[in-house]
Order: sequence, then structure tokens, then C-alpha cells
Amino acid sequence: MRIVIRHEIEQSFEPPVKSLNQALRLTPRSHESQHVVRWRVETDGDSRLRLGEDAFGNVVHALGVSGVTSQLRIVAEGVVETFDAAGIVRATVERFPPGLFLRDTGLTMPDAPSREIAARISGGNMIERLHTLLLRLQHGETEARDDEAAQTNPQDTDEAEALAHRFIVCARLMGAPARFIAGYVLHPEEREGKRHVWAEAYVEGVGWIGFDPVNVICPHDGHVRAAVGLDALDAGATRAAPQPLSVASSVSVRRAD
Amino acid sequence: MLARTADNLYWLARYVERAEFTARIIDITSRLAALPKAYGGASGAEWESALVALGAHERFRKTNEVADESAVLRFLVFDADNPSSIRYCMDRARANARAVRTALTAEMWQGVNSAWIEMLNIERAVAPFERMTRDRIDPALDAAKGMSRDFDGLAYRNMLRNDAYWFSRVGLYTERADNTARLLDVKYHVLLPETETVGGSLDYFQWTAILRAVSALTAYHWVYRESIKPWLIADLLIRKKEMPRSLVSCYDNLAGFVDAIGRAYGQQGPAQRHARAVLLRLENTSLDDVFKTGVHEFLSEFIEDNNKLGALLAEQYLLN
Amino acid sequence: MLEQSFWDEMNASGGDVRSVYAKIDAWLRETPPDVLSARRSQAELLFRRIGITFAVYGSKDASERLIPFDIIPRIISQSEWGLLERGLVQRVKAINAFLTDIYGAREILRAGVVPDDLVFRNPHFCPQMAGRRAPHDIWVHIAGIDIVRTGENEFYVLEDNARTPSGVSYMLENREVMMRLLPDLFAAHRIAPVENYTDLLLNCLRSVAPATAAREPVVALLTPGQFNSAYYEHSFLADRLGVELVEGSDLLVRDDVLYMRTTQGPKRIDVLYRRIDDDYLDPLAFRPDSVLGVPGVLNAYHAGNLTLSNAVGTGVADDKAMYTYMPEIVRFYLGEEAILKNVPTWRCREPDALAYVLDHLHELVVKEVNGSGGYGMLVGPHATREERAAFREKLLADPVNYIAQPTLSLSTCPTFVESGVAPRHVDLRPFVLTGANGSRVVPGGLTRVAMREGSLVVNSSQGGGTKDTWIIEDPDMRALASFSSQRSV
Repeated sequence: MRIVIRHEIEQSFEPPVKSLNQALRLTPRSHESQHVVRWRVETDGDSRLRLGEDAFGNVVHALGVSGVTSQLRIVAEGVVETFDAAGIVRATVERFPPGLFLRDTGLTMPDAPSREIAARISGGNMIERLHTLLLRLQHGETEARDDEAAQTNPQDTDEAEALAHRFIVCARLMGAPARFIAGYVLHPEEREGKRHVWAEAYVEGVGWIGFDPVNVICPHDGHVRAAVGLDALDAGATRAAPQPLSVASSVSVRRAD
Repeated sequence: MLARTADNLYWLARYVERAEFTARIIDITSRLAALPKAYGGASGAEWESALVALGAHERFRKTNEVADESAVLRFLVFDADNPSSIRYCMDRARANARAVRTALTAEMWQGVNSAWIEMLNIERAVAPFERMTRDRIDPALDAAKGMSRDFDGLAYRNMLRNDAYWFSRVGLYTERADNTARLLDVKYHVLLPETETVGGSLDYFQWTAILRAVSALTAYHWVYRESIKPWLIADLLIRKKEMPRSLVSCYDNLAGFVDAIGRAYGQQGPAQRHARAVLLRLENTSLDDVFKTGVHEFLSEFIEDNNKLGALLAEQYLLN
Repeated sequence: MLEQSFWDEMNASGGDVRSVYAKIDAWLRETPPDVLSARRSQAELLFRRIGITFAVYGSKDASERLIPFDIIPRIISQSEWGLLERGLVQRVKAINAFLTDIYGAREILRAGVVPDDLVFRNPHFCPQMAGRRAPHDIWVHIAGIDIVRTGENEFYVLEDNARTPSGVSYMLENREVMMRLLPDLFAAHRIAPVENYTDLLLNCLRSVAPATAAREPVVALLTPGQFNSAYYEHSFLADRLGVELVEGSDLLVRDDVLYMRTTQGPKRIDVLYRRIDDDYLDPLAFRPDSVLGVPGVLNAYHAGNLTLSNAVGTGVADDKAMYTYMPEIVRFYLGEEAILKNVPTWRCREPDALAYVLDHLHELVVKEVNGSGGYGMLVGPHATREERAAFREKLLADPVNYIAQPTLSLSTCPTFVESGVAPRHVDLRPFVLTGANGSRVVPGGLTRVAMREGSLVVNSSQGGGTKDTWIIEDPDMRALASFSSQRSV
């Protein structure tokens, strides 16, 4: 599928800042089931972008602004050709052995609920166990949550992020290296897609497999991977210091005609 | 020099100077309060006026009802939240000194640190008393004055004449000018009963006390060779360059020090121009002009100008 | 009874005084206790006036405390020191080679010498440094290696400190105070000087400046600020080095160059001796909520415009689990046996070791792999039955997180305490400086002493004190002979 993506971020700073540094992870890379046809990242104002790569192989733009700044606009846009691979991700840029992705991080510390979920999954091979996890997780989470916002808007990114983290923690507890993926999704039946996050787990002999816990599916050809990391912090679209007072994002994800 | 270092040095000097000023105010106030009524003293409002001179009366009212000796002494000596208390000034002075100890000589740091430690010991010994008296807090006044004397002297004698010294001196003279202006203002504006004309005999002791507060009683007699006259006191404390705590003397120094900074950095800016302008105005204002404007108005304007110098310096050197 | 088995550095068994301590012994004999006591008070006054204090985390009352200083020096002979020095340099060389390797080719992992997960799952391993090289391949410019002694010529490494080791200011200040208080005792010995430490440190830091630096590289020391427990040391070192003591808010990164804000505008920094942890160094790379660090400083480092000292990610080399592999690490990179011995250690991650540890809790010291400062550890022989039982549970729940060691018979030194002069346990932290021109160890270090009778915990946060450490010429040459035989073992 040919997908056109435009991701626009408006940041405002109050009080205005005199110098500003950011890391932008807004650029997808090609792999076996994802071909980046064209892509560009732009910013306005008196800013400079320097292209680089982080430790996980993500494309990172280091954004530097000098001069007093109160508003900043960042635009990433391009076209990506995708193929369905039943969630299996091959020929990605890998800088670490899978074992690294067993690391705990601040956002993925094992907690009691995760330990319980992981402990209750047994039998079958690792792929089967991970699929069980995918199902249990969704079930367990909705049962545990009683706030209405989460019920009425289960596709909310915060929920997707929380579930991806929970999946990662459980997978690691089960012995499977797991990581966080940030990107975009366009579901087959929908006209307009959105920003999305999910997880990947590593299975010996198979490789990295995507799991999208909030949708309870393996990623299909509507999923576009933009960045990977141990948790959401590693793979986030922007990291800024000082932090903006407010951020407004608009994302458009459509099928190319 | 680090911008933060310049800022710390400036405030270190200000707080050291302020601690001393508070001690001096307490000194003269207790002297006034001890005067028999027949001599025109001891009206009962002395302690209140000490608070006003230090700009601390509103804060005092928040936690106290009666401005008697004990309450005011406790507030001005030990209250850790009162920005003009000796304790507060010493805390801040030490914190600033600690942050820049590499820019100070070892003796200067040790002087401030020792005074601070001494103050803690005094507080531990004295604070538990229910009534605070002048005798009890006397060691605290000595500690504050001693700290200031050592700091000033050691800076003058031992510090390299570079930007660290100049920023420190700018802090000291800014604070000193502010203190002198407030002291005069209180006398003219607050203490003087409305029915009393300036120079009435009733407040002779209060005027003398002001001169004592700035160690200028002898100087007064040397300069004027006359009995105490309020307008001459204003003249002495505003316009006389020979008088080290006068506004014009402070600005003579300030203009010199900010100019030194400008020359060292190879650039003159708004702060330099402002300091020179204030100095020029003080030099060219006659005593008549001061009284025509109104002493209170004149001093208020000066205090504002003095604050502006600090703001301009910050903009020029600290926030770049 | 237990005390008998400890090796005292001054008093040999049978009442003989070891020759290096002869003059100290005479001095202690002829000096009445009240004079000693007066000297100690003087020392304390000096320390307090200078402001050599440290803050204790989690203690509300005294925000600044004085570390107890013992006026009786601890003495090591030149020949013993020679052995230590070679061992220390060797160890730091291996640590730097290890860091270059695990952030680069990872040969030691491929060779199976160190388990992968011990590196990759190590909280101090820094993925952001993978594929990066440190200037001159030096990661650890300043190392503090904790050494304990158990007998004649018997030294063990207790712990490596390869992140931001502290304590060197005490080494220097203790020496100054000793010279002022006891000039005669001082003059009676030929003591190797430590005063040039800061000169060596400055040379070391300048030697590793990036190629893009000015001819006279600008060095600055980054502190978390006044409320940090080691703030005194930071300001002391900045002063002695003659460099700016900066905080995060004084710094900014523009176009991958680090600057400090001065009264004359931004000024470039080439080498940052940082005394804040990796986690807080750069909110763009590590903890995003850190206000102590500098956004973008890691970019400046990666771009080759800045040297960070120590480099980021060195903690993976000094954690207690990695420690157990240090003899293998030395062998792997240097092809030599480690000169300094490790304390025998059971890795609880290994089932056999765990079983042994659980059976012998009463005689072992069990430590958290990532704990520090004497927290989170069990000293078996001194623990109550209940404490041991509670620790057993923790151990079973997460064995990977623990190692265990025998309770070492730490040597004792005469120490002036309330009851007079009595033996107290000591350790030693020498500091190893490594620059482009090799490694140097200043002859001396920080001797820490457990002030409580029988206590083995020397950490200052737990009431430990310090002593001046004198490296002196051997009174006789026989000691040398015994060394050469020792080394070939």
C-alpha cells in the first residue's frame, strides 16, 4: 500500500526561550516490508537541522534554535510503500543484539500486575505465548480500567502507549526481548489514519515480530514504523529541553491515489 | 567570569552590607527607646520606626501584633523569613559565598562562614528566651558588624582588581545607597509629626541618632561646625562626597566600578550611562532643589533609580 | 575473640611495633591523651571553618556534617605502595580497554568471557554510547579503587569506582591539616607528596581535549549545585584546578559546541569534568526531567567538540557484578594476571553459588549488585537471626541482583577514639588519573576508618571517618625482598 503521511507539530514556549535543542525522530527507514519513497523534515524560524542516527539506528534530526523563540513549527512529510508481512519485520537497521531489549527502563519496570500476567502464560512455543499475551493484555487492561475516557476512546495514544509498555514488560519477563515502536497506522477500512505506537518482540529463529496491543493484532501493511527504542522515551517524535508550554500536533495519514 | 558568579558576588556584598545596616538600626533604636521622655525620646514608636526604616513593617504585621522591643528584636535578628533580619542576610550571604568561593579569597569565605556559624550558636543560646532584650542579642549585632567589617576590609586589601571585585563593590554600594536613602526618608516622612516643623527641638535626639546610625555625628561637626540642623543632615547624607555613606559618595563609587567593568570588557552600555547620569544629578542638585521637590519624593525617585541600575547590569552582563 | 584475627598495621603480634610505625608509636607513647584530644579539636575547628562538610541524604537535622578526622596517620611503605601502584594502573588500563570494547566490537562478549546480559541488562550500560569511541580510547580519566588490606603484603580490591569517584579533597585537606597540626611528626618522616594531584589532574584533562579545542583547552567542572553532598569537593577542586565551577543552568549547547554563560557572553568549553551522574547529564538523551544537566551536551560530545570526563556509560565497568569478572577482564585485554586480587565473590546469579550463600549467610557479606555506600547489604556475622531471614527472602526473590563475599579481616590502624587510642578497621581509596600520556597514581589516597569498635563499615554516610595516608620510605630494605617473591605468586 502506498501511504502519504504529513505530521505537523506546533510548539509554544512561554516565557520565550533563548536557546533550544531538540531531537526529532520523525523519519521512517526502509526495511523489507516498508519502502520509504520520499521523506522530508522541515522547521520554521531561525533553526538548524542536522541529520544523524541514534544508537538504535533511528534517523534523528538534531534541531537547534538560537535567538528568542516563542513559537516553533515542525513538519515531517513523505510517501511510504508498505507490504503485508504478517507482522514479521525483516532487514531493519539493527545496532544491538536482541538481548539488549531485555533491559528494564524507567518506563518499563516490571510491576506486580505484569508479573502476574506473565506468570499465568504457559504452554506452546514463544510465538503462541506472545499471542496469548496480546489477547490477555487487552482483556486484562479493559477489565482493570474503569475511567470513562479510556472506555469511550480506546484508540487514544496514551492508552496505546500504556499497553505497548505493558506488553514489553510482560514479554521481557517471559524471556522475549521486546521493544517500543512509534509510527503511523492506516487501518484497511478507514480513510484517515493517525499517529500510533506498538511493540515488537523477538523470537529465536523467526526474528522481530510486531504486536499492536491496543488493536489486538499484528501490524499489517497499514503500519508505518518511524522509530524504535526500549520505551516511549527512546522513540518519541520529539524530545525538547526546555519543554514547550504547549504542543499541538496534526497528523494526516492517507492512501495515495 | 560566569554570569552566575557575578550575580552571586553582587548579592553576597549586598546581604553582608544589609546585615550590618540592620544591626546599626537596632543599635540606634534601642538607644532612642532608652531615652527618658523629657529628652524627647521614648515615645513608644521607636521600634515601629525601626521596622519602617528596614522596609519590614508589613511583613512584621503578618505574624505579630505589638511592635515592642522583644518582638521586633526577635523579628529583626532571628526571623529566617524576614529579608532584612540578620539571620536571613547571613544565610543568603553564606549561600552566595558558598556558590562562588573560588572567586573569593579563602579568608573572605572563612570570614562569612565563621560569622554564620557564630550566628547559629548565638541563636541556639538566645532564641529559647521568652523575652528578647538588647543585651541578649548584642553578640548577634557584633557578629553582623564584624562580618561586614572583615568582608569589606579583606575585599579591599586582598581581592584582585578585576570584574569579581567590581561586581562585589557594585553590590555593596548599591545596598549602602539604598539604606542611606531609606533611613533619611523614614526620618523625614514617617517619624516627623505633622504639626512639627522640620528642625523642631523635639526630635533633636532622633536626628542625632540618624547621624550615629551612619557613624557621621563627628563628621557632621567637622563639616558644618554648627549645631544639628535637619537640612544640613540631608545635605550631608545626600550631597557631600566626603561623607562615605552619602548618596553622592555611593554613586561616585558605583559610577567608577561599573565604568571599570565596561572598560575591562571593552564596551560601555546602558548601565554605565545610567550610573553616570544618577551621579551627575546628585552632584548638580542643590539642597533647595531637594526641598522644592520634597525630600520624600526626591528619595523615592532615587531609590527607583538605584534599583534600575541593578536591572540594567543584569540585562547587560547576566542574561546574555 | 574475633578481634584477635585482624591484622593491625602498627602492632605486630607479640607486641612488636612494625618498623614503618616506629616513630608514630613513640609519639603516641609520649603524648598525653589531653594533648591528642586538643589536637583533634583543633583539626575539627579547622575543617569546620574551611567548610569541609558533606550533606547526608535522608537526614533532616544536620544538613551539613563534618566527617570525623583521625589525627593518627595511616602509613604504607614505599615498597608496598609500588606494588599497589602497578596493580592500580593495570586495573584501570583493563577497565578502559573493556569499555572501548563493549561500546565497540564487543569481542569479550563474543569470546564468552563476560555474559551478554550482564552488559546489556546492566543499568549503567549506556546504549547511547554504543558505536562511539572515547577520545584517545580513554573513558575513565579519574578512577578511585577501594583497597583493603588483610595482612603483610595482602591487598584486595574491594570495589572499582569508575563514574565520579569522590573523596580526593579529603586526601588533600587531611594532608594540609596534618602539616599544620603536627609539623614535628610530619618532619620526622619522609612522606611522598600528594599536593601535585590537582596539577596532574589538570594536565590529564587537558591532554584529552578534542582536536577542535583551542591551544589552551578550556576545562570546567560541572556540579549539581550547593545541595549536593560532595559540593565542597567540587568547589575545592575547581579552585585548585583554576577552572570555573559551573552548574547546568550556566551552560548551553549551540551547533554542537558547549558554552558557558559569562559576563562577556558565551565562552566555549572543551573539557567538562562532570560530577553529575549520567542520568542527569542531558535531558535530551537521558532523564527528560533533569534540570541539572545540559540539553544537547551528548551531541557536542558525539560531534567531537567536547570531552566528557569521565565518559558516559563507565558505570557498567564498576558495578559489583562486573567486578567479579575483573581478573578475567584483565587477562583478556592485557594477557596478564591481575596484580591486585579480587575478594573471592559468589555470584548469586549462579545456582551453585546461590545455594552456598544461602547456607552460609551467617558468615558472608551480601551486597546488592547496584547498591552503594554500604546501603542494602547484609553483614552476616553482625546481623540478627531476623535480619538474616528477611535478607534470605530478598535474595531468593532476585538472586541476579546480589553477590556475596566472605567477611574480610580488614586490617586495623591505631585510631584516637573516646576511650583513647584503639584499633579500628580501615580501607584505602587511591586515585588513578589517566590521560593521553598514560596513568598516574598520586602516592597516597583516602584512608577511611570505621570509628565504631568492631565495625567494618567505613562509609562516611554511615559514620566512617578519615585519616591522612602517608607513603614513606622503607625503614629497611628487607621488605622489598619479600615483595618480589610475593608478586610472582
